[in-house]
Amino acid sequence: MNAPFEGLDATGLRDAICAGQRGVRETTAACLDAIEASQDTLGAFLTIERESALARAEELERSDAEPGPLHGVPVAIKANLCWEGHETNCASRLLEGWRAPYSATSVERLLAAGAVPVGVTNMDEFAMGSSGENSAFGPARNPWDTTRIPGGSSSGSAVAVAARLVPLALGSDTGGSVRQPAALCGVYGYKPTYGRVSRYGLVAFGSSLDQVSPFVTSARDLALCMSVIGGHDPRDSTSLELDAPSAALRGEVALTGLKVGVPKEHFPPELDKGTRAACEAALARLEERGCELVEVSLPHASYAIPTYYVVATAEASSNLARFDGVAYGQRVDGDGSLNSMFAATRAAGFGDEVKRRILIGTYALSAGYQDEWYGRATRARTLLRRDYEAAFERCDVIAAPTSPTVAFPLGERTEDPVSMYLADILTVSASLAGLPAVSAPAGFAAPADDPTKSLPVGLQLTGPHACDERVIEVAGLLESTSDDHLKTPSGGAA
Amino acid sequence: MSWERDGHVWISPQTGARWVPTIGLEVHAQLSTKTKLFCGCEVSFGAPPNTHTCPVCTGQPGALPVLNEAVLELAVRAALALGADVARETHFDRKNYFYCDLPKNFQTSQYDHPFCSGGGIELSSGVFVRLNRIHMEEDAGKTMHTEAGSLVDLNRAGVPLIESVTEADLSSPEDAYEYLTRFREILQFAGVSTADMEKGELRCDVNVSVRPEGEEGLRTKVEVKNLNSFRHVQSSLEHEIPRQVAAYEAEGAGAVVQETRLWDPDREETRTMRVKEGESDYRYFPCPDLPELHLTEELIESQRALLPELPKERRARYQSELGLSEYDAGVLTGSRATADYFEEAAERSGDPKATANWVSNELLRALGAGEVKAASLAELSFRPSDLSLVIQKAASGELHSKGARELVRECLRTGEGVEETIQSLGLDEVIDDSQLEAWCEEALEANPRVRDEVLAGNAKALGACIGPVMKASGGKADPKRITEVLKGLIEGSS
Repeated sequence: MNAPFEGLDATGLRDAICAGQRGVRETTAACLDAIEASQDTLGAFLTIERESALARAEELERSDAEPGPLHGVPVAIKANLCWEGHETNCASRLLEGWRAPYSATSVERLLAAGAVPVGVTNMDEFAMGSSGENSAFGPARNPWDTTRIPGGSSSGSAVAVAARLVPLALGSDTGGSVRQPAALCGVYGYKPTYGRVSRYGLVAFGSSLDQVSPFVTSARDLALCMSVIGGHDPRDSTSLELDAPSAALRGEVALTGLKVGVPKEHFPPELDKGTRAACEAALARLEERGCELVEVSLPHASYAIPTYYVVATAEASSNLARFDGVAYGQRVDGDGSLNSMFAATRAAGFGDEVKRRILIGTYALSAGYQDEWYGRATRARTLLRRDYEAAFERCDVIAAPTSPTVAFPLGERTEDPVSMYLADILTVSASLAGLPAVSAPAGFAAPADDPTKSLPVGLQLTGPHACDERVIEVAGLLESTSDDHLKTPSGGAA
Repeated sequence: MSWERDGHVWISPQTGARWVPTIGLEVHAQLSTKTKLFCGCEVSFGAPPNTHTCPVCTGQPGALPVLNEAVLELAVRAALALGADVARETHFDRKNYFYCDLPKNFQTSQYDHPFCSGGGIELSSGVFVRLNRIHMEEDAGKTMHTEAGSLVDLNRAGVPLIESVTEADLSSPEDAYEYLTRFREILQFAGVSTADMEKGELRCDVNVSVRPEGEEGLRTKVEVKNLNSFRHVQSSLEHEIPRQVAAYEAEGAGAVVQETRLWDPDREETRTMRVKEGESDYRYFPCPDLPELHLTEELIESQRALLPELPKERRARYQSELGLSEYDAGVLTGSRATADYFEEAAERSGDPKATANWVSNELLRALGAGEVKAASLAELSFRPSDLSLVIQKAASGELHSKGARELVRECLRTGEGVEETIQSLGLDEVIDDSQLEAWCEEALEANPRVRDEVLAGNAKALGACIGPVMKASGGKADPKRITEVLKGLIEGSS
């Protein structure tokens, strides 16, 4: 495969373009070629926007304006982020052909920074899934082993960055949908503090959990990307009144004396041996450099999965009600009545997992069951938040594996929704608490089913509320202890 | 079959049994904001379909609501005007149900924590109709069912409403009519709603049940919809109450089922729209896209300060301070525009009674008869200052009453100013001196004592002759000139 930008990260690529070492058009074209060449094996993209990308590249090259912080950087957009004029179908038959009439704030901000969106990435339908296999248009594949899942729901964005097809891609993380595929694909995936990045234009799944979240290949790119897409947005009432995190790693966090909390609940006995070993090795490297490892406890961690699947599905059942065939998307006529049209449209348009979650969520909100389900989940969420508050009195960041296993084979869990849901067991807690969390590359491990293979492991670093900079800085320090983040899959382009 | 009534008791013509109705009202009122509840779209009536819409109010995927603060202000003012308690903590909930003109298939409304509770309206009978609650919500769109199919107009979607629910404190169709009249005038006077039923700014549903006089507890209630005017509310009750009584008398207990009935004003009957099978489950839950609302003392007090004197207080003041009759006070407080117009004109003219007569006999009559193109006195080009000028001219004798009436009607018809109209109607015509002398001589002959008093040094005595001369001249003579002529005649004859 071609190497469209020779392994440069977004910062490096932007610098090279601004230094006149590469052209924007040349970079964009190389990128598009590499994506097209990868589609049959990886399936990372749902649409490749060659025409608009090249037009924009040309426009950027001709422009006399001061180059933006992402000048000329090719980026990929998850199919649930509205991008005006482009198909934003959420990998669902129901929205097939729907072109967004406006752009999400995060997409607008990428464009304003000079980025060049090259295409829309594959995903689990409506962001519901942990493997990418719930896409109505076929799964994306893990570039480290194309017989395996890349993780989900932001499968295509993770694959696109891991395969070095683009240095930066946007995803969305509701319960781990960026961190988990980042871990399984060996890249950085960052879920900001809830409210740090505008949700305006992100097709809602679980509104109180959803965050637009980037994939990149270096810690410094996390800072750069967050400085672009972060910051208050008056169009999102849940947006925090905070400025965007700073664009560079400020070096304010020193390894010496940094207290890294290790929650015992996130190293359960059933954790994959290889994953445990890789994470413990990463923690040992931090300790060697002067960090203090502190055991902390998240006593209510066992409630995280049920709590998450009640809250997220309840919100989803309401959020996805709008897909009824009236104003947009595909319509299937019923027997002539309005209700039968709604039913036929939704029966034909939604995949099984989406239907399952709508049913669970509808049940959780039903009269007579609401307090038992939604009410209890809301209270459990408060307990989880308090767990973190207590833990952060003893440490600066919390470190744990991102995923209990490395990438599993395609098809392994599709018939067992609960085992699929457990893939999120280590990521949903930070989502429920609204905290910033990154999955950083942390070595490799063999999957339980095949000791001959070596697949990426991610270490999750979680910070206190609104301490996004700290989390990114610690990711940068971890990065300096190894070259794990530089390794690329042979299935990729670099 | 005619129904005899004894107060609130309906006497069955069949059995002579005495039945008592119990009535509650649900009223939706549109708040007079420039823009919608959660987006910047203009609130408009009669605009071409779907021209005042955006991603938010059409429920596009990814769009998010942002509260229009002006809605809170008006809602709080409405609550204060109705004597209700404003909650300090409140929030919006989602009410989930599917309908083609509800773009998100949930309505953003309020459920268990409405922004206010209590309050009510006292009727002329002394009955206090208690309000159970008032909450804020967004309006749905409008569906037009045509031969070709159903058409949806979303201009109205997202328009801010307050829904108020009374306790079942009303016991006659007349009560219902009076309550609605009072309710509307309070909202209008408070400046929170124009409450025009023809524009759908005020919508009312009725709940009614009947029971034998003296029976404990309430029987099955029926909801009546499609009530497009206060008269319809009254008429529908005048037909629904006997229908229920007749049903019980013919078929016994259980004859009335819980259902929604539509009022057909042409046939003057209610008929079944849908029978309720248990309570609908709207799966209310707090809207995760909107933060909790904290209604501050500052907000509440600022709205209290904006509350004008309400109609009940104004009526009392017009009677006690301005000496108007109860009837006139009622007419003049029929709308805020009328009352404000009256008060300004009365203050300028210094003659409240004359002003009251002019406003009700001429201006409101002309408005009611459609002689002027204006929805209210506020829109008249004939301003309170014009009316007070006419009143003063009439009082001074410059205009006689017939001329003044002619003048006002002409001003209303043409929109011209008072002075111009006096000229164009020839009300300022100069009277021939010999004619004037003849009228003056007649007046002096009729009042022989005037001559003596003037000669004795009391010039003011001339006044007694000015009126008769003015009258003889048809209001056209100049009082100054009359004085001169009278003086000349008295002095010349001495």
